[in-house]
Amino acid sequence: MQLSIDRDRCIGAGMCALTAPEVFDQDDEDGLVLLRTAAPPPGLHATARLAAGLCPAAALTVIEQGGAGSSPPDTP
Amino acid sequence: MQHEPSAPAPAPTPTTEQTAHGTAVHPEPVTLPVTRTPGCPFDPPAELAELREQQPLRPMRYPDGHVGWLATGHSVVRAIAADPRFSSRYELLRYPLPGGPSGSLPPAPLGDLTGIDAPEHTRYRRLLAGKFTVRRMRQLATRVEQITADHLDAMERQGPVADLVQAFAHPVPALMICELLGVSPSDRARFQEHTAMLSSPDAAPEEQMAAMTALAECVRELVVAKRAHPTDDLLSDLTTSDLTDDELAGIGGFLLAAGLDTTANMLALGAFALLSHPAQAAALRGDPGLADQAVEELLRYLTITHTGLRAALEDVELDGQLIKAGDTVAVSVQAANRDPLKFPDPDTLDLRRKATGHLAFGHGAHQCLGQQLARVEMRVAFPALFRRFPTLRLAVPPEDVPLRDAMNIYGVHRLPVTWDKE
Repeated sequence: MQLSIDRDRCIGAGMCALTAPEVFDQDDEDGLVLLRTAAPPPGLHATARLAAGLCPAAALTVIEQGGAGSSPPDTP
Repeated sequence: MQHEPSAPAPAPTPTTEQTAHGTAVHPEPVTLPVTRTPGCPFDPPAELAELREQQPLRPMRYPDGHVGWLATGHSVVRAIAADPRFSSRYELLRYPLPGGPSGSLPPAPLGDLTGIDAPEHTRYRRLLAGKFTVRRMRQLATRVEQITADHLDAMERQGPVADLVQAFAHPVPALMICELLGVSPSDRARFQEHTAMLSSPDAAPEEQMAAMTALAECVRELVVAKRAHPTDDLLSDLTTSDLTDDELAGIGGFLLAAGLDTTANMLALGAFALLSHPAQAAALRGDPGLADQAVEELLRYLTITHTGLRAALEDVELDGQLIKAGDTVAVSVQAANRDPLKFPDPDTLDLRRKATGHLAFGHGAHQCLGQQLARVEMRVAFPALFRRFPTLRLAVPPEDVPLRDAMNIYGVHRLPVTWDKE
């Protein structure tokens, strides 16, 4: 799994840092998303996907192994 | 993009029209259901569920005659809130509740983030988002704990009986937002006097207007003071940005207003809900690890901000319907949060469910700026309240609790509670 972020879209709501704090963080200055890791280990895939799905601004993209970029899924 | 809102539509004839897809039908426009079933203070108006089941996006006649839309399904509400083809600018919107302003609303006052679009909105949001991060708000937890404990002490000395709204639900978030903005302890009484008037059920409209003006004046004085003598707080921080005094005063007033009635009513209505569901309250009391999840479920179940508004900036096809440029769409967040397609058994309060994905803070670019503060306040306050008063119960029959039926933010005006003295 690969993750990418779009800081232009990000509104700093913090849903990613709340949901998957091992994967996402927020910049102390502007509150915008920061990636802790662009390739999280398998144990964190589910929460990373969940965080991407919860982002109110669709600023997070999950690229699954061997696949193209997927639009974030809705939450389960 | 600029555009003129369409004139109020003539009264529509109850026809069945084909959509662009040629499949769904336009039923006769409904009006927004606003009446809750007596005895069910935590449930949205029952008719909303029927409408959602029939058609989650449907034409709605607004009180001023405008025929726009009502969205009630979780996925369609979420999609509209996140779609930049829908504007939040007040001057493009029609008011959905009876007795409100007719025609388009006045434009957002300076600093009101909810009634503007990008790029203006983005500029303000960028300046503020860093002040409300998850990390910063968690650092406030110790302070929230102190304030909570102080007020529970005071409530214990005062009662039993006590009004939970006055003693606890209103002052805790009011003090927190005052501290965050940098209102000095000596000025707080003045601020609180005005903010209490704003949410008082007994205040006349003129009194509320006067309180609003007085509050705006307080914030303006505060901005001038912070510019001259910055301290360690949000407003002082913002004086180093390129915001003018007018913008700062507007933003300060907006943050103050946004941080008050919302969390205060979540705390009060949440306490009412937990007192009405003793097994749930017992679960929260017995398991401190449940707090985060419990807060999300209370947000979903209670959804105190009912209805959001958007206006289509262009023709948008959604859910097999054609929303025309200029149409207002009312998004019923409370109906969305009770959608069984998203949350199984949605009308049951279950603190152990995963309510992740609820829309109580909205969705899209306008999702609540202060949501992480609200979460910290609630995750501290609810468990502390029920731990401190293990025998807490209503002091009046539940049907005598006065509800904020006519207010934009739902909740209770008073919550008389009692407990056994140790």
